[in-house]
Amino acid sequence: MALKVSKVTLDYGGKPVVEEIDFHVEKGDMVTIIGANGSGKSTILKALCRNLIPQNGIVYLDGKSIHKTDTRELAKKLAVLPQSPRVPDDFTVRDLISYGRFPHLGWTGRLQKNDFAVVDWAIEVTKMGALQHRVVSTLSGGERQRAWIAMALAQQPEFLLLDEPTTFLDICYQFEVLELIKKLNMELNLTIVMVLHDLNQAARYSNHLIALKDGKVYRKGTPREVITKTVLEDVFHIKVKIFNDHEHHCPYFIPVSSSLADKFEATENVGREHCV
Amino acid sequence: MMFHMADKKNDDTVMEAQKTIYDRMLYRIMVMAALLVLCVAGFLVSVRVGSLKISIGEVISAIFIENEGVNHQIIWNVRLPRTIVAALVGMCLALSGAILQGIMRNPLADPSIIGVSSGAGVAAITIMIVLSDLYYLITPFAFLGALAATVLIYFLAWKDGIKPMRMILAGVAVSSFLGAWISTLMIFYPEKVQGVIGFMVGGLIARTWKHVDILWPYAVVGFILVNLFAKRLNILMLGDEIAVSLGLRVERTRMIFIAISSLLAASAVSVAGLLGFVGLIVPHITRMLIGSDYRYLFPASALMGAALLMICDIIARMLMDPVEIPVGIIMAMLGAPFFLYLLRGGLQHGVKSQ
Repeated sequence: MALKVSKVTLDYGGKPVVEEIDFHVEKGDMVTIIGANGSGKSTILKALCRNLIPQNGIVYLDGKSIHKTDTRELAKKLAVLPQSPRVPDDFTVRDLISYGRFPHLGWTGRLQKNDFAVVDWAIEVTKMGALQHRVVSTLSGGERQRAWIAMALAQQPEFLLLDEPTTFLDICYQFEVLELIKKLNMELNLTIVMVLHDLNQAARYSNHLIALKDGKVYRKGTPREVITKTVLEDVFHIKVKIFNDHEHHCPYFIPVSSSLADKFEATENVGREHCV
Repeated sequence: MMFHMADKKNDDTVMEAQKTIYDRMLYRIMVMAALLVLCVAGFLVSVRVGSLKISIGEVISAIFIENEGVNHQIIWNVRLPRTIVAALVGMCLALSGAILQGIMRNPLADPSIIGVSSGAGVAAITIMIVLSDLYYLITPFAFLGALAATVLIYFLAWKDGIKPMRMILAGVAVSSFLGAWISTLMIFYPEKVQGVIGFMVGGLIARTWKHVDILWPYAVVGFILVNLFAKRLNILMLGDEIAVSLGLRVERTRMIFIAISSLLAASAVSVAGLLGFVGLIVPHITRMLIGSDYRYLFPASALMGAALLMICDIIARMLMDPVEIPVGIIMAMLGAPFFLYLLRGGLQHGVKSQ
């Protein structure tokens, strides 16, 4: 039971963004893909969500190519939360969450008793009970993200893919959402694959990290193996001080300077704007 | 004690919640009922009004009881079919516009604006002028024309939803191309221009049971299909990525809707000509009344479209009595300012991204 990416090459507008990439995600794992802008992290996630078809290579879910599996069957196993999903102005939270049942419904699309029970369960897990009759567009960013996660949960998936779920949120909501995702991983054994921008959050909440550089896997491993001085310098061009978070048993770092700065000084500050 | 209080609070929320659901349902039922009343009123007035004054009571008796007499003749053979054509055309165009606004994720989509009607119109006019023996094939050919135009615009302007500007430009390009075709036909067949002009403005003058027969099968099939697939269109409104994640076959669903929308627009055009703006105005006003959930928006738009066109047709007949203005002109007088209003500021309504 796993998600396996095998020799996948992805083009975006004719030029290869990801080349012959290989990795796999075990069931129950919580994996975060990190990398600089343009490293291909969102692109690879799009292939996992079957929004991009690989030019080469195959994405397997439980041994079957996801691009050849019936999309409705796949939707019962794999849920996706894109970066900025849209919603009509007047859909309520409960309306939205109930759409998560769509892959399980018959041709007529009517919800049965069991479907209502699952929707109630998803609302309870994400603590959306008090908000379920509110209109989605009136919610705060964090509440809205919880509503979308609840919709994904209503699919009763085994895998949940999230593309930068915290990017547009205030910092307190960022942690709220990450805590919720971690809880789903621990308590429901939901396998999580996500892309995060904040590396300290990635190290704090993930079991494994995959660091991409120029469309290739640069390093894969536990946060302790990936969040190191050399990896961060090579992948993100930053010099850091690394500390240990004894309470959460994970590393964290403070950026000290851009490692490109030395080069800039050597060339008399030409092009400093690149690191801003 | 603590638990008890928690339970009570929970009960309150549940009751509150049920009240909210109940209120929303009640509101929707009331809107539907109001639209239905509007339809019935429009129908009765439309059948009653004309150069011969007939009271509502006489109208009802002429439809349901009498079998002969002047009243019966006028109502049964002239006003009744015309009113039914108006209602069906309004319904078809409104549903077609509601679909296009959904699949193109664009509030300005309307069969007449983006060239779908022109596609149907070109096919219909070609048959009317060049192949007039094949009159019975007008609707199927109009359907093919509308389908071709929609697919063309879709591919010209689509990139994760259709941006208003790109869609209007694509529509202008397609419409002028098709307009050139129509002009060419009119120059080569000057003796048939008279009939074509009425068709291009869009009107309901002298529509009879023959036209009702052309129209109703398409209208009924279209109405049933859109209501069957309404939930899928709701999911499509959540964006392609979410729709794919939920297991919806996005491209196939969109193509099905394009086909239904073309069918509806084509059947309306082949009976009433190039009647504009119904598909723009009606879904908008209805959305403001009942919300953007297509399970309610479709039936409500159908009622609103039927009512609007019947009422506008009454105005068209009454305004300069005894001369009749084509209803297409009334629609354009209402529609063009509405279009500008949407272009200026009304765009905030509709789908928002987070």
